[in-house]
Amino acid sequence: MADPMRIRASMQGDKVEVKVLMAHDMETGLRKDPDGKLVPAHFIRNVGVTHGGRTVLSAQWGTSISRNPFMHFRFKGGKPGDKVTITWVDNKGDTRTDEAVISAGG
Amino acid sequence: MDRREALKAGGGASVLALAAAAGLFRPGSAFAQEWNKAAFDTRNFADTLKALGGKSSTESKDIQFTAPDIAENGAVVPISVESGIPKTQAIAILIEKNPNTLSADFEIPAGTDPFIGTRVKMAETSNIYALVLADGKYFHTVKEIKVTIGGCGG
Repeated sequence: MADPMRIRASMQGDKVEVKVLMAHDMETGLRKDPDGKLVPAHFIRNVGVTHGGRTVLSAQWGTSISRNPFMHFRFKGGKPGDKVTITWVDNKGDTRTDEAVISAGG
Repeated sequence: MDRREALKAGGGASVLALAAAAGLFRPGSAFAQEWNKAAFDTRNFADTLKALGGKSSTESKDIQFTAPDIAENGAVVPISVESGIPKTQAIAILIEKNPNTLSADFEIPAGTDPFIGTRVKMAETSNIYALVLADGKYFHTVKEIKVTIGGCGG
């Protein structure tokens, strides 16, 4: 099981600003290990973000998203205390879901 | 990619289906869409656009693309895209000279800002495109990023 995501969700005016760091190697499948053998591709392919049962962002990724992916976005309709839930699924079927509570922010 | 990996990769869709069957992903949840393998296999802008379902794309000054002019480390290039085009539905990132052009495709539902920030890998100095789908039409902006050390390993 992959390490938890680090999620920060805070109010910025009437919007919720979300910054996420995911723990994932994001192997391209093109890199060679020290023995010269190709390291198989292992990367997050789908990311979904929900708030109150509604999808606020969904993404498909290839291998060229950086290791330990970062994502930053904003959506309307949230308030402090609400939860934001983020799920990713990688090409091997591994998955992880984490949630964060929206803070009052500034 | 060896045969086993290819089989595994090909099985990705069914893994999602299994997860759905297990109730992990409820219908209408964030995983309405599966992974567009055809689009992620493309090797140039025109083919990516086609694989995403677009016929043509218009260059637009209403897309604000924030990225460094020079990336010292191609493994971590911070970029952000903000679309000023009404009814923006999706933002995709395309890196022309990477082994595969399409880096990411973000679907932006109503209520979410037409903005996305992330970090990408670049194999070498390349044009990088922000491709925006708005009201069923495609628009793009392009920027060249010089890369000092490539970020795709090898």
